Amino acid sequence: MQFTSSSIGRKVFMAITGQSMVLFAVIHLLGNSSIFGWLNGGINAYAEHLHSLPLPFIIGFRLVMLAMVCIHIWFGIQLTIENRGGRPQQYAVKSTQKATFASENMIWTGALIGIFLLYHLAHFTFQVINPETAALKHLVPLHNEMVPNVLGMVVSGFSNFLVSFIYAGAMVVLFLHLSHGIQSFFQTMGWSCDRSQPIIVKLGSLVALVIFLGYVTIPLTIFAGILKG
Amino acid sequence: MSDHKTMTLTLIVWRQKGPKDPGKFETYTAKGITEHHSFLEMLDCVNEDLIYAGKEPIVFDHDCREGICGMCSQVINGAAHGGQDRTTVCQLHMRKFKDGDTIYIEPWRARAFPIIKDLIVDRSALDTIVQAGAYVSCHTGGVPDGNAILIPKPAADEAMDAAECVGCGACVAGCPNGAAMLFTGAKVSQFAVIPQGQAEAATRVKDLVDAMTSCGFGNCTNHYECQVACPKGINVKFIARMNREFIKAQFA
Repeated sequence: MQFTSSSIGRKVFMAITGQSMVLFAVIHLLGNSSIFGWLNGGINAYAEHLHSLPLPFIIGFRLVMLAMVCIHIWFGIQLTIENRGGRPQQYAVKSTQKATFASENMIWTGALIGIFLLYHLAHFTFQVINPETAALKHLVPLHNEMVPNVLGMVVSGFSNFLVSFIYAGAMVVLFLHLSHGIQSFFQTMGWSCDRSQPIIVKLGSLVALVIFLGYVTIPLTIFAGILKG
Repeated sequence: MSDHKTMTLTLIVWRQKGPKDPGKFETYTAKGITEHHSFLEMLDCVNEDLIYAGKEPIVFDHDCREGICGMCSQVINGAAHGGQDRTTVCQLHMRKFKDGDTIYIEPWRARAFPIIKDLIVDRSALDTIVQAGAYVSCHTGGVPDGNAILIPKPAADEAMDAAECVGCGACVAGCPNGAAMLFTGAKVSQFAVIPQGQAEAATRVKDLVDAMTSCGFGNCTNHYECQVACPKGINVKFIARMNREFIKAQFA
């Protein structure tokens, strides 16, 4: 049997792509946190730095991320359909002891994150949701040159209750997905034993919580008026 | 009459005449049950009443009734083997229940375990997995030679922990995906950790995983319900080890 047709092989692909996306989420969060001013020039300087990277690198990076998302979704749907068939008839009494809401609803939290991702890209990358505040159209001076006003776009976006609410809600869903996903990576790769496994489960949830808190702070501080453009 | 207080219980039991029958729940009353009855003895009492009444008794699997063979297989109130830690149905006692309780009794439910009748399922899919390579075919010598191969104590203990599996199938019954990863993981691991198992390690894990898939079991989604259901306390670390062995086998 081919590696990619076996259940373990496909799960390994899901684990690696999933964990890579977690790594991306962490780096993305660290970059975004420049909005709080630890970087000279704030998030506008960070965005400008990203845009000044070589174009082939940016395109290549985006293609790799796209491939990861596609593999993760494709195998996720495939495995879920197979798993639903594994027990065609449910028990009259449901009595799960270790399974959690997060672990049982990975396909749905995953689907919601997928939809949010499209919205998020349309909002801040392609800037078609609120074109009147699009950063690419509003240049501001930074270190003697004109750069896109990312800060203005983010602040005006999150000043809207609905937008902040969508982002905060999506981060709750992301937390649920990662609280099961991060620990699953180690189990699927076989990098756990009886002593490490309970610790990995707790650390996985902790990392998911840190990512959640980190991300949700941005729309919350803006909506509460603490962070201003 | 005995001095013991007796209990009256309502049983809601899955009845199915044969593999093709759709099956349905039937309600029975278990009377005169003491706390000392085992769960299977309680069913024996109900079956006696059914036989006296000229009705078909409830069919269920059982053998040693000592908690070692793994033959008994019932899902009680949604939990494989009744949900008591490291206990098979035969060793579950009625002291765990209260007078007037309603108890749901169902067979193992998984695509790979077709129901034969009532609470009996066909678990031969587990045998198919074992036949695919859960053994060593290399010559390991006679009984005295076994001791000539030095095995570190932790490795021997680990192999024995995995070999504790009695193949009852509770892991499959407890798994929301009807997966046999804990069973297969235990079979792979009991050989993977000792020298005798090394020669065929790569082919074994591939063959067992193949057999597991073709038998119609689901895939693991790391809920760890199997570990809770297992009456022998097989740890999910053996699933991790199988995953590790499987990945390693791709490069062998």
